[in-house]
Amino acid sequence: MFSLAKLAKPALGLLAGFTMMAAATTLAAADETRVVFVTHGQSGDPYWSVVKNGMDDAAKTLGVKAEYLAPETFDMAKMGQMIDAIAASKPDGMVVSIPDAAALSTPVKNAVAAGIPVIVIDSGGSKLTHDLGGLLFMGQDEFQAGVMAGERIKVLGLTKAVCANHEVGNSSLDDRCAGFAKGLGVDVPVMNGVIDPTEMKNRVIAYMTAHADTQFILAVGARGAEPTLAALDELGLAGKVKTGTFDLSPTILQAVVAGKMEWGIDAQQYAMGYIPVAMFDLWKKYKIMPIADYPTGPGFVTKDTAASVIELSKLGKR
Amino acid sequence: MVSEIRDERVRSVSRLSRLLSRPELGAAAGTVLVFVFFAITAGGTGLFSAKGIINFLEVSAQLGILAAPVALLMIAGEFDLSVGSMIGFAGILIAIPAVFWGWPIWLSLLFTFAVCGGIGALNGLAVVRTGLPSFIVTLGSLFMLRGLTLGLTRGISGRTQVSGVHELAQNDPLNSLFSGQVFSGLIAWLSNIGLIGKRADGLPSISGIPVSIVWWIVLTLACTWLLTRSRFGNWIFAAGGEANAARNLGVPVARTKITLFVMTALAAALFAAIQVLVTGSADTLRGTQKEFEAIIAVVIGGTLLTGGYGSAIGAMFGALIFGVVQMGIFYTGIDTDWFKLFMGAMMVIAVLFNSYVRNRAMRSR
Repeated sequence: MFSLAKLAKPALGLLAGFTMMAAATTLAAADETRVVFVTHGQSGDPYWSVVKNGMDDAAKTLGVKAEYLAPETFDMAKMGQMIDAIAASKPDGMVVSIPDAAALSTPVKNAVAAGIPVIVIDSGGSKLTHDLGGLLFMGQDEFQAGVMAGERIKVLGLTKAVCANHEVGNSSLDDRCAGFAKGLGVDVPVMNGVIDPTEMKNRVIAYMTAHADTQFILAVGARGAEPTLAALDELGLAGKVKTGTFDLSPTILQAVVAGKMEWGIDAQQYAMGYIPVAMFDLWKKYKIMPIADYPTGPGFVTKDTAASVIELSKLGKR
Repeated sequence: MVSEIRDERVRSVSRLSRLLSRPELGAAAGTVLVFVFFAITAGGTGLFSAKGIINFLEVSAQLGILAAPVALLMIAGEFDLSVGSMIGFAGILIAIPAVFWGWPIWLSLLFTFAVCGGIGALNGLAVVRTGLPSFIVTLGSLFMLRGLTLGLTRGISGRTQVSGVHELAQNDPLNSLFSGQVFSGLIAWLSNIGLIGKRADGLPSISGIPVSIVWWIVLTLACTWLLTRSRFGNWIFAAGGEANAARNLGVPVARTKITLFVMTALAAALFAAIQVLVTGSADTLRGTQKEFEAIIAVVIGGTLLTGGYGSAIGAMFGALIFGVVQMGIFYTGIDTDWFKLFMGAMMVIAVLFNSYVRNRAMRSR
């Protein structure tokens, strides 16, 4: 058995060391612009991973200090506390996503009141951003992107569709499904999926067996799209039952090139990471800030354009 | 006559009641119940077609591969909550050297099994040395492994999913061991004589039996043999029943437990190898919640949460119930928003039925 007292001394020493190191960095970096991201998406999510890559690249290129924070589960109370804590540390700029206005309005308003400039990315939308005193909104309106996807399918004359959602309860994915149904103009059932690729694939197979008249499958992210492609392959329906997805991955782009998938919808979320860092740097140095919102998506990547972005997707930029 | 003289301490037990007192009996009964339920609600929808059967067996098999060694560990009185994140970690360990460093697949597979086995041994050592509950120790490794996986993957690839394994694995000697199919010839023949349906394009609805199902059966049989026919099996029961008494009798309790932690870690690596080679990609979130699903399967299978009693065959039935319920709901046409409610209820009913049957069997002895 080990004794706690024996451990306590070196631990305290270490702690003191860290504190001094932290203090030293703060002093050295007094002039460096410091931007903090607090979002609802973990950097482990393939979508948010690209946002963080954009942030990291901008920070490196511009010599800006940038940090990325997100609660490890979809926990709005915790995210609100994180915003409060970051606001108290007085960064030069804060970038937030607002997937739940009721839970996050107060922390964001308080941060603005404390003099922190705030840019909202991904979720929240333009109106809410300006109501809360944010500078501008950047991102893809998920519902509107879904509407545009639905309209594209309606033009093809397909009416029997399903929305394969690998993470039901995630509001932006739910918005994508809901927008799709609106754009298509008919009821679209939601197939509840999972993150496990084998179970996801087999659920799509099961769904297609029970609903053989389905003409189009919309996946709402790479984690749903790749198993959907595998399922259609196994059923011998690849290319016959049409499918499309939100977000990109190398596998998705290859499928688009091969004609197995209609399109991938790119939110160009790399820009949501990169541009706010650059904007806050300009804001701190010269008080320059764009005066209008910045929609980054939806960009439809089709057979004509997919091949050219596969390499970029492998690098985590698209 | 000599044969008529009987020791009065030995009670004669009929073959039937011996069968009824086996831990897997309740699980087998639960399995029958679940199959009957789906035969009634989804009988004509294709759940019990060749494609449908392979569909749920594949899900059951992957969980079952995990559940068999987890059952042994739980019988020995310990938990391993790290198996879920071990799956994600192992997948990345396979994919990154292959995709980014140009290692052949067989080498990165061997490397992965070695590293995961080592971490399993560390888990075991930490449990037996500190005396902390394994629930806490492996809860710590659950988080550490997830963080390590994410940090490594993002640091090396800039993404959280690594794809491109399919192309690299095509001519690898170990590829068909994890992602292949068996009995393809038999399936084609069965399809020709009309016993197995065809797809729209004329090919058989299934092209073979996924090799993961073979792994599942072999692993379950191996664990069953280990548990019931080997000295190591006696050690497992002894360690989980009364560890101190076992130690006094000379059972190497610490060594037994460490070995079992290595086995669960290796099973997680096997799960990952199968999933990475079948899907062609690795993902930092793979295996999320598999630790709980494995424990559920083991408990449905009649193993006690407190240790000392259980079976690997039972875990097989548990995984089978899980797979059938998971997939069966999609064939019933029930609105999938109610999916988890339904699944949870089926689980509880299966376990209740399981323990009811077992109690009846024990009482009748």
